[in-house]
Amino acid sequence: MRNTDILIIGGGPAGLAAAVGAYEAGARDILILDREERLGGILKQCIHNGFGLHTFKEELTGPEYAQRFIEKVLAYQIPYQTETMVLDVSADKVVTCVSRKNGLEQIQAKAVILCMGCRERPRGSLGTPGERCPGIFTAGTAQKFTNLEGLMPGKEVVILGSGDIGLIMARRMTFLGAKVHACVELMPYSSGLKRNIVQCLDDFGIPLLLSHTVVDIHGREHLEGVTVAEVGPDLKPIPGTEKYFPCDTLLLSVGLIPENELSEMAGVKIAPSTSGAEVDEQLQTSVPGIFSAGNVLHVHDLVDFVSEEAMKAGANAYRYVQGQLPQGGRKVPVQMGFGVGGIVPQFVSENAEDKVSFMFRPRNVYRNAKVIVEMNREQVLSKKTMILAPGEMVNLSIPVEKLKGLDKADSILVRIEVPEA
Amino acid sequence: MNEIYDVIIIGGGVVGCGTARELMRRKAKVLLLEKTNDICNGQSKANTAIIHGGYDAKPGTLKAKFNVLGNAMFDQLHEELDVPVQWNTSLVVSFSEEGHASLEKLLDQGRQNGVRGELRIIDEAELRQREPNVGSEAKEALLVGAGGIVCPYELTVAYAENAAMNGAEFLRNAKVTNLKKLENGNWKVVSTVGTFETRAVVNAAGAYSDVFNNMVSEQKVHIRPRRGEYYIVDKKYRDVFHAAMFQLPTKMGKGILVAPTVDGTVLIGPTAEDIDDKEDKRTTAFGLAKTLREAARTWEHIPTRAFITTFSGLRATGDKGDFVLGEPEDAPGFFNCCAVESPGLTSSPAIAKWLSEEIAGKLDLKENPDFNPIRKAIPKFREMNAAEREAAIKANPDFGKVVCRCETVTEAEIREAIRRPVGALDIDGIKRRTRAGMGRCQAGFCTPRTVEILAEELGVSPLEVTKFGGDSKLLQGYLFEEGKNNA
Repeated sequence: MRNTDILIIGGGPAGLAAAVGAYEAGARDILILDREERLGGILKQCIHNGFGLHTFKEELTGPEYAQRFIEKVLAYQIPYQTETMVLDVSADKVVTCVSRKNGLEQIQAKAVILCMGCRERPRGSLGTPGERCPGIFTAGTAQKFTNLEGLMPGKEVVILGSGDIGLIMARRMTFLGAKVHACVELMPYSSGLKRNIVQCLDDFGIPLLLSHTVVDIHGREHLEGVTVAEVGPDLKPIPGTEKYFPCDTLLLSVGLIPENELSEMAGVKIAPSTSGAEVDEQLQTSVPGIFSAGNVLHVHDLVDFVSEEAMKAGANAYRYVQGQLPQGGRKVPVQMGFGVGGIVPQFVSENAEDKVSFMFRPRNVYRNAKVIVEMNREQVLSKKTMILAPGEMVNLSIPVEKLKGLDKADSILVRIEVPEA
Repeated sequence: MNEIYDVIIIGGGVVGCGTARELMRRKAKVLLLEKTNDICNGQSKANTAIIHGGYDAKPGTLKAKFNVLGNAMFDQLHEELDVPVQWNTSLVVSFSEEGHASLEKLLDQGRQNGVRGELRIIDEAELRQREPNVGSEAKEALLVGAGGIVCPYELTVAYAENAAMNGAEFLRNAKVTNLKKLENGNWKVVSTVGTFETRAVVNAAGAYSDVFNNMVSEQKVHIRPRRGEYYIVDKKYRDVFHAAMFQLPTKMGKGILVAPTVDGTVLIGPTAEDIDDKEDKRTTAFGLAKTLREAARTWEHIPTRAFITTFSGLRATGDKGDFVLGEPEDAPGFFNCCAVESPGLTSSPAIAKWLSEEIAGKLDLKENPDFNPIRKAIPKFREMNAAEREAAIKANPDFGKVVCRCETVTEAEIREAIRRPVGALDIDGIKRRTRAGMGRCQAGFCTPRTVEILAEELGVSPLEVTKFGGDSKLLQGYLFEEGKNNA
């Protein structure tokens, strides 16, 4: 059996940054496995700009952003194996993978970093009634066809859901000569970034229909149109509000699901609120020596934060290999109070070092609200905000000095406080 | 009209393909005509995938007879055709004290029909011990030991492949438009791909089997399709129920089934709605809601976030209340498999066997000593152990390339599905033969690669690749003119 110190599953933005982070922390025995032909993950097909403003202070396209990390991986001579699919990960960190070139392989790692990313929710999971005809794509699949294969899914487009990929594809399809008739969002707010709504919909006069959904899909041999209706506060369609949109393409941007099948095989506990691994502030999962970072941990809004998180996971994985990562201490659970969804990490070690970062998604749109962190019923942080929205992640960083009494704390609470009306 | 066929079969569903295979046990020239782009494209692909025990049909009916006969043939089919079959038992659950009498009636009916194996009423304690997740109102159940599950598309494809291996001819996109009795006693079959002469015709046209019967016989049949809507739940929930969980029919309806599939997913459905349009396979908000509402008696906390897909199927429900099988008196040489609805899948091997014997007798067909009943399934990488995987990749490196992540389907399997006799011609055909695209991401990741492989194997442009034939093209053009040259 082959051996490696740190094995990274996935060569997308998270995997690349994890490798770079581990190397820069001192690791020299690293291996990246990726199922596709080339490194870069989903960034390969994200040919629009807007990446890297935080990390590189400049605006890059997805492939350019990925290339910055790929070049580091090459410069550091970090080994990677593409067209390699991981089939199994065990709790004792034996990774089974398969490739055309090497056949079936088992690799014993000292630490594993899970960087598998996420997948798109398909139509089937929505239970949208109607025909099951071609012409219905997840936004990312359509993006792959247009940007990597040079193939056009259709010309008359409706988009269901207002996730970022859907918004980006609204603009992309418009550039490619298609007519995007509407972007239809079930919720009263978009799940995408504000800047994408402005730059991808507003700038092209594409209507964003909030509190609407697709209630029927028409066309036997190919999509011919969809029926859209308004929904009430219970998210159920309101009879009489139906409107027919002729279209040959329906793009779905209705949510991303972290791909944790391998994590579960290894016995990693999954948090219901993120659908990702439960981790502590070191990004270590419930299985010692297995770390998780990027969209497989929780769906991010910006790739910059993915890179930051993954570099940290990489460095911590190396500390784990070196026996330098404190293990076995008590873990203080992090609780989600009012307005807080999908918090990461779910636990903070009593012996946490340096600073502790929290990321979460607001459950709704809140104006002039405060984000508050409490420990032992005492406020350790209060931060004023102008506007909070589900589409934009909240990032908090608290120096450990501020968490006095952490070793005796029973929980940490993160909540949103809205101004009284 | 040069060659004269012995038998022409109209319809490439489970009965048509099964009959084609059975006929090949004799020396016969057989042609199957399927109007769509692939076999297994009608009710054979969209049903409950259950091997029924045979308690449900009224004693004395063809349904009762062929159900019980067919049920007993599935072990042999599994052996010969390498089709997944599981004898997981069926349970007919009653949710009220008053249901007991109906359970007794079903038990008695089952005994009269000759249902093999264990058949008894189990009390609530035993029911809950067997199925701890059954709903809180469940009172007792009829246990049907002869109940099982099968993959309906794998069965149909296996029948077809084995028939083709043994010399049967298959034509797809071949819609039969007219049938005419010739003076020599043979039949003229007019289709969109040509006109053929045959000594016998098998009408296995599913929802359209009434059309062909009525073309040649005065003994009219009328089929009104009955639509059923279903949900599929992620295989994460494969162990929720072990048996196929039927609900005892009441005045309120026939009940909704919750059943594991041989692929590990859970099937919920079907509704039963009589419709007029034989092509109307839509799902509806009403039907889907009804499915879930009624199924909740069996499975109280259906994980709505774990739905993989929804679909609907049409049952070829006739107006006689029973299958219409065999030669009508006024149409000699024309053999009906008409109005074959549930339990048609279970009955299919017995119908095929009986029908082929009828035809062989009539046409005086001789035994075929070269008939080979064995068909091996496409090797499934996901089911191999480590040594088998290593060997498979060594023999064919394409086994090392996983195309469908969710179901772990390799490029080797997809290519073989296309290259086999009566192979896949479209995306759905690949799906049915390999499960590529049937998993939780519903083909999001594998579609671009599957399109590429199909285009390559069929020697067409990716723009010509369809989901299910006809105009069901996935893509509408190249972005740029130069794209064509690069592709």
